[in-house]
Amino acid sequence: MTAVVVSGAGRVFDGGSDAGTVALTDVDLTVGEGELVSLIGPSGCGKSTLLRLIADLDAPTSGSVAVFGKTAERARKDQDYGIAFQQAGLLPWRSVRANVELPMQLRGGAGQRGKSGQPNKAERAARSAELLALVGLTDFADHRPHQLSGGMQQRVAIARALARSPRLLLMDEPFGALDEMTRERLQDELLRIRATTGAAVVFVTHSIAEAVYLSDCVVVMSPRPGRVVATLDVPLGTPADRAARGIGLREDPAYFERVSAVREALHSGDAASDRVPT
Amino acid sequence: MSRQWQGSGKRLGPALAGAAGVLALVAAWEAYKALVPDDGWVLGEVRVLPRTTDVAMPHLWDMAARAAEPLTSAPDSPPLWLVTLQGAGFTLGVSAVGWVAGVVFGLLVAVLMARFVPARAGLLPWVVLSQTVPLIAIAPLVKRWGAQLEVGTFDWQDWMSVAVIASYLAFFPVSVGALRGFTSPDADADGVRLDLFRAYGVGWWTTFWRLRAPSSVPYLLPALRLAAANAVVGTVVAEVSTGLRGGLGRMIVEFGASASADPAKQWSPIAGAVLVGLAATGLVALVALGLRRYRVGEAA
Repeated sequence: MTAVVVSGAGRVFDGGSDAGTVALTDVDLTVGEGELVSLIGPSGCGKSTLLRLIADLDAPTSGSVAVFGKTAERARKDQDYGIAFQQAGLLPWRSVRANVELPMQLRGGAGQRGKSGQPNKAERAARSAELLALVGLTDFADHRPHQLSGGMQQRVAIARALARSPRLLLMDEPFGALDEMTRERLQDELLRIRATTGAAVVFVTHSIAEAVYLSDCVVVMSPRPGRVVATLDVPLGTPADRAARGIGLREDPAYFERVSAVREALHSGDAASDRVPT
Repeated sequence: MSRQWQGSGKRLGPALAGAAGVLALVAAWEAYKALVPDDGWVLGEVRVLPRTTDVAMPHLWDMAARAAEPLTSAPDSPPLWLVTLQGAGFTLGVSAVGWVAGVVFGLLVAVLMARFVPARAGLLPWVVLSQTVPLIAIAPLVKRWGAQLEVGTFDWQDWMSVAVIASYLAFFPVSVGALRGFTSPDADADGVRLDLFRAYGVGWWTTFWRLRAPSSVPYLLPALRLAAANAVVGTVVAEVSTGLRGGLGRMIVEFGASASADPAKQWSPIAGAVLVGLAATGLVALVALGLRRYRVGEAA
């Protein structure tokens, strides 16, 4: 089953200061099971809006969004996806461990209540230990978020997103606020996590290199109005292969060729939408 | 262990500063009394500095000596300091009841305003307006309404009227502070935490208990301190205006009436009011200590 199917989705903001702004128009997007799709484009191209439509944090004004064959709302209430943002958004009064366990403590939608049952305390502890090991923070389980660096906080946020073993991970510029070194390390970590969990990922970024390095497929978007201008495959191997190659992959000619292709698609999309003669 | 050491080390600084502050006040009082003539300073018809006679400004040691003497000249009269302490205890008790009632009511109002946006628009002006009503005006009204109240065997006591008035002053900072705290996740980190809770598919109340209430603590604690001060002031003033016996308010009025004959006497209940204020602040500090986990990483 495909993870995400967006067809003909549009989002027009009404009311407020940005009334009448067309954030997205006629977007089609398919994310297969276990596939990593990056949404890339300049600021204001609607890539975050598109992610929010998939997450049902916002509703399309036209078209439809399906997640694992359900409506986006049903999928959200069933906690079918995990999500991470540019801001880690940890709860400062909880320990790192308790932050990771948060999604497991909260019940899903009313329909699910009592049926599937919540993981009990021991199960939660086992799962959070497993996840903290996955992101390399076992020694920091009892620390509080403010005691961690930005990169570590973001790793906690990713562990939290994985808490309920979702088959879909939504990530909105999760490494956007980090320095380049930390960023590349976390990209490798994400590849490893993907290889382990096999989850599909929708990844919003404005870094071309990041999109190419991580993705099976890069969706290039352009602003005013936000729409998809190109979809490029990135045949650089499985996540496990990529993680194993690391720096080697970042210096591979095939990688550079894909980076150039995405860059060209971005700029042609930009030129087409601005219609400024150069 | 080492942390506790650091903690007590840090405490020492403020304690010294506090002692220095009290000493400075004592010195200022006595210096003013020594330097300014008995009649104060009069410019034309206007007295710009108050009198420094022993009636207007007794020496601090006279106040202390008077506190050690019996309340009246009656043979079995208890010492003034003991009567003052009893009065302070009474006032503190009434203040505490008023504070708790005010905090509970203030939180309820804040939850209502946080939950229903129309309620916010409808209630907030009234909350602000409620504080412009002069206390002196409502105190006798509350007493009269209370006196008419009779539910089964429950009998309305006069001190309850005073507590109600104290709570009336105490609820205001709590409702405003708590509302700000409850709505703080809307702006924190671009509302990411609210987005997260929405992504978890949980309802408003779960989000409230897990996110909004804990987030409100940094905003709530200053409000609780303000409420404690308001409750004490409200209690003393209400004791005066309802004529309730047993507390400091009534004592200040009674002793003030005989001030020309016994000027040092009325300063005992005034010192008692300061003690009540300190005790109230200390109790709130205990509450803050219990909530300290929620104060780390606070933005503002």
